[in-house]
Amino acid sequence: MNEFRTNIGGRIARDKPLQFSFNGQSYIGYEGDTLASALLANGVHFVARSYKYHRPRGIMSSGNEEASALVNVTRGKGRDDANTRATNLHLYEGLNAQSQHCWPSLDWDIGEVTRLAGPVFAAGFYYKTFMWPKSFWEKIYEPIIRKSAGLGSAPTLPDPDTYTARYAHCDILVVGAGPAGIVAALNASKDGVRVILCDEKDEFGGDLLSTPKVIIGGLDAWDWLEKSIAVLKSRPNVTLLPRTTGFGYYEQNMLGLAERLTDHLADLPVGMPRERLHKVRAKKVILATGAIERPLVFPGNDRPGIMLASAARTYLNRYGVKVGQRVLAVTSHDAAYQSAFDLAEAGCEVPAIIDVRAHIDQALLDLAKALNIEVLSAHTIVKTSGHKRVKSVHVASIEGKANTRVIPCDALLMSGGFTPSVHLFSQSRGKLKWDEKIGAAVPDVYVQNCISVGAANGEFSLHDVLNHTAPDQNVLEIDVQNDCPLGSGQNISQLPLAQKAKKHGGAFVDFQHDVVAKDIGLAVREGFHSIEHIKRYTTTGMATDQGKTSNINGVNIAADALNRPVADMGLTTFRPPYTPTTFGTLAGHSRGKFFDITRKSPTDDWASDYGAVFEPVGLWRRASYFPRANETKHQAIARECKATRASIGISDASTLGKIEVVGPDAAEFLNRFYTNPMLKLPVGRCRYVLALKEDGFIYDDGVIARLSETRFHVTTTTGGAARVFANMQDYLQTEWPELKVWLTSISEQWAVIALNGPNVRNLIAPFVKDIDLDKDNFPHMSIREGTIFDIPTRLFRVSFTGELGYEVNIPAANALEVWKRLMEAGEQYDITPYGVEALHYMRAEKGYIIVGKDSDGTQTPEDMGMEWAIGKKKPDFIGKRSLTRPDMLLPDRPQFVGLMAHDPQVVLEEGAQIVGEQKGQTFPKMIGHITSSYMSAPLGHSIAFGMVAGGLGRIGDDVFIPMPDMTHRVKIVDPVFYDPEGKRLND
Amino acid sequence: MLLIDCPYCEQERAEIEFTCSGEAHMQKPQNADDAQWEKFLFLRANTKGVHYERWYHVHGCGRYFNAARDTISDKFLLTYKAGLPKPELPNE
Repeated sequence: MNEFRTNIGGRIARDKPLQFSFNGQSYIGYEGDTLASALLANGVHFVARSYKYHRPRGIMSSGNEEASALVNVTRGKGRDDANTRATNLHLYEGLNAQSQHCWPSLDWDIGEVTRLAGPVFAAGFYYKTFMWPKSFWEKIYEPIIRKSAGLGSAPTLPDPDTYTARYAHCDILVVGAGPAGIVAALNASKDGVRVILCDEKDEFGGDLLSTPKVIIGGLDAWDWLEKSIAVLKSRPNVTLLPRTTGFGYYEQNMLGLAERLTDHLADLPVGMPRERLHKVRAKKVILATGAIERPLVFPGNDRPGIMLASAARTYLNRYGVKVGQRVLAVTSHDAAYQSAFDLAEAGCEVPAIIDVRAHIDQALLDLAKALNIEVLSAHTIVKTSGHKRVKSVHVASIEGKANTRVIPCDALLMSGGFTPSVHLFSQSRGKLKWDEKIGAAVPDVYVQNCISVGAANGEFSLHDVLNHTAPDQNVLEIDVQNDCPLGSGQNISQLPLAQKAKKHGGAFVDFQHDVVAKDIGLAVREGFHSIEHIKRYTTTGMATDQGKTSNINGVNIAADALNRPVADMGLTTFRPPYTPTTFGTLAGHSRGKFFDITRKSPTDDWASDYGAVFEPVGLWRRASYFPRANETKHQAIARECKATRASIGISDASTLGKIEVVGPDAAEFLNRFYTNPMLKLPVGRCRYVLALKEDGFIYDDGVIARLSETRFHVTTTTGGAARVFANMQDYLQTEWPELKVWLTSISEQWAVIALNGPNVRNLIAPFVKDIDLDKDNFPHMSIREGTIFDIPTRLFRVSFTGELGYEVNIPAANALEVWKRLMEAGEQYDITPYGVEALHYMRAEKGYIIVGKDSDGTQTPEDMGMEWAIGKKKPDFIGKRSLTRPDMLLPDRPQFVGLMAHDPQVVLEEGAQIVGEQKGQTFPKMIGHITSSYMSAPLGHSIAFGMVAGGLGRIGDDVFIPMPDMTHRVKIVDPVFYDPEGKRLND
Repeated sequence: MLLIDCPYCEQERAEIEFTCSGEAHMQKPQNADDAQWEKFLFLRANTKGVHYERWYHVHGCGRYFNAARDTISDKFLLTYKAGLPKPELPNE
């Protein structure tokens, strides 16, 4: 047994010793320990170096509020967990943890020299000191600061663990399984309503686990607890979630709970997720989140061995650990006395309790006397000493003239009262009010359907907590004896100075960010008066613990400095997460290939086998090009373009959006929706159409085919399919509900195989039935229904390449079969599959735009040189009124033009800016930019599109593209580079 | 995540099923002059408090409907079918 371990008591399994390692040294703990309790049992208090000054730090709490004892836990490759609170880390066989942020070792830390320069690291130090010279920031100051300040190191390997998530619904969610939460859950679940009870600890019970002498309903506290939990477990309508932190409270009673499934296990079960996110929607939420003890602010309050009084009691009663052999306490509240008494009764030497109050409850004084503890009332601590562990405390009377007395010790307990944990309540947007009596903010106005109970509501007596939470008592007896209420006290911002004492530094407020009391004073003197500003300037409460122990002290000190009532100061905003939550939990299954949907076309597998390189197009993945052995990307594209123009190219265009528009008013609907006149489109014909928003700007294009008087097959861009469908629904439902039209998305029902090239008709003719392919009877921009390979088809004669083209629409299930048969039959024509890249090249040669590439949502049809697409005689269509707004009629609007570099081998850079005649100007005016640019293999020269101010009136002019290497001279030309008469298209 | 009561489905469904489609009760003016048209296109109330807005049950029934939502608390006061006039709000 270790010398700091008690002989009996506690909830640890003394027959189950566990070996663990800390900073390379091996220790023994027991099942039921946390890393913190096991270290303390081995006499190890000094576990960390502080953030800014590299000061030695110990274990200051026993819970999630821990600010100092952060460690790195190593569990093998990729499993390095930084900033883990030793107080929350369940001990397991073989646990391997290290101190962080120290070099070469915790004991001999080079960074500690900065401690000597401590005074200059005051609030705002970085902002003021590293301002000048500006060029030093990136290369010199920042790397040095980053190296010397900070907490743990981020892992560099991918996380090997898996994470999972689920939705859950319940009538009542109880957060926190201390006495208040347990009684609330017992009471709530007795009528069969669905209750979830969660607690961040391994074991339910909260503070009851630290107060075994309390008697409830005639039972010892731990027996009562066991019985209560047994009742809850026996109810099928109750879900108990230990090791589960309620970290976020969102709208309409949705809470995020993070359940840790494997971090406490010595052996990681194969395939088990590490954590589970519960997204709980509760009809009602009961917040039983407890309270956190406040540290006291005094010089040297951060040495290892100095800790919260309640934590020392927890270590003793729950873990069987004495935090020291000779223990002092300093307090402004009654609560510390019970901790001191418990330690004295367990055999620790407790020479004195230092109390800032002049008047102390006689009952406490009597008990102290019985235990031979001297109570120094109206006393304060002037300083502490002991480098790596507190050695002594310098005590002085607040009022008197007596000299400072030095009392040796190896541990010092402190208590400044308790702060209700209102984090989740505040996240629920509830309003707090300041409670003078407890010196903290408590819930006041509720916005969502929730209540706060117990210490979270500012109720610190167990009797009150149990009786207020469960007044009818018909579940379990709840009358309380031997209660040790957290009690009353004096709320102070920092320990008063002794009359003779000089001012001392090093009175820490925020232990994790190394903020001292005088930093806050400085911030106030420099003009920061809002608590939100003071927080940011001093960084109080901005560390990973979010100020659980520091915020209240910080507010109090700021209020003192401003000479304002603390109630008027307000609190900084509480934001999720309550405690640090892993990215893994938040991401859940949405990692790697599950991060987003990949939509695949029917020929995706075939293309993959054929060696296609893919690219994402919206959520789709499409074949980009099909390289043959040793071909570069550009060689492959050039070959695909040439082969298509020479004979036949085949491409999967199934990703095109498709909408079937049906009904007696279908033509009228499309006539209003698109710019083009639609009423007189003959059955069997197609029309290229533009869709505008009300602002007159193009947001989509496509082809409309009329299958009958009342049935249209509309195509959209790949990326615009959902958008166009939603917009059609919107106008049909809300603007023109009188129209009899039905809309159906058919994008996934019809696959599309695009065939382009002079031999296409010859290829398909033998296999097409019920369709007359004669070029005059089935001209360009037509549609026919029939079969191909005996499979029903809607055969479009359309072209996006400028060649004779057909788009074979077949049911998606038959697409691969048709594709393969076309490939087979096309062998004699050297049929060549082409991808999206070749498609882009060929459409550019023909002067066809891509909406979203050549246009960007700020172009009218006129801007794109497509005035011909506007049905000017139509009474109205979406966007029509906007086309005559004054801004739309300006002559210098950017307009769509073709561009030819004077050097035909230069491929201009997409996105490059276009300027006019330079005439020696250093900064010539930008008059446009390049939208598309390619090397055209069939034409043998480069081509480009751009938007140029007033460009349509400047055909033939030269403009310039300044690039880093040189300025290129280009000519504005008509955008149709290939077959401008359209002979090939109509052949 | 919000819960939204679709007036067509008559069910409260999760927010991920819906998309917000901007301010409700915008009247497209007929024969508008440039100033009126500019107002219709670009100017929105940006209300702090009760805001009438359109929602689209895109992953549900596919219907557009209207909602009154408090932009401070994010609370839906009520939802109602498209085409109905601005309703009286329930008393808090």
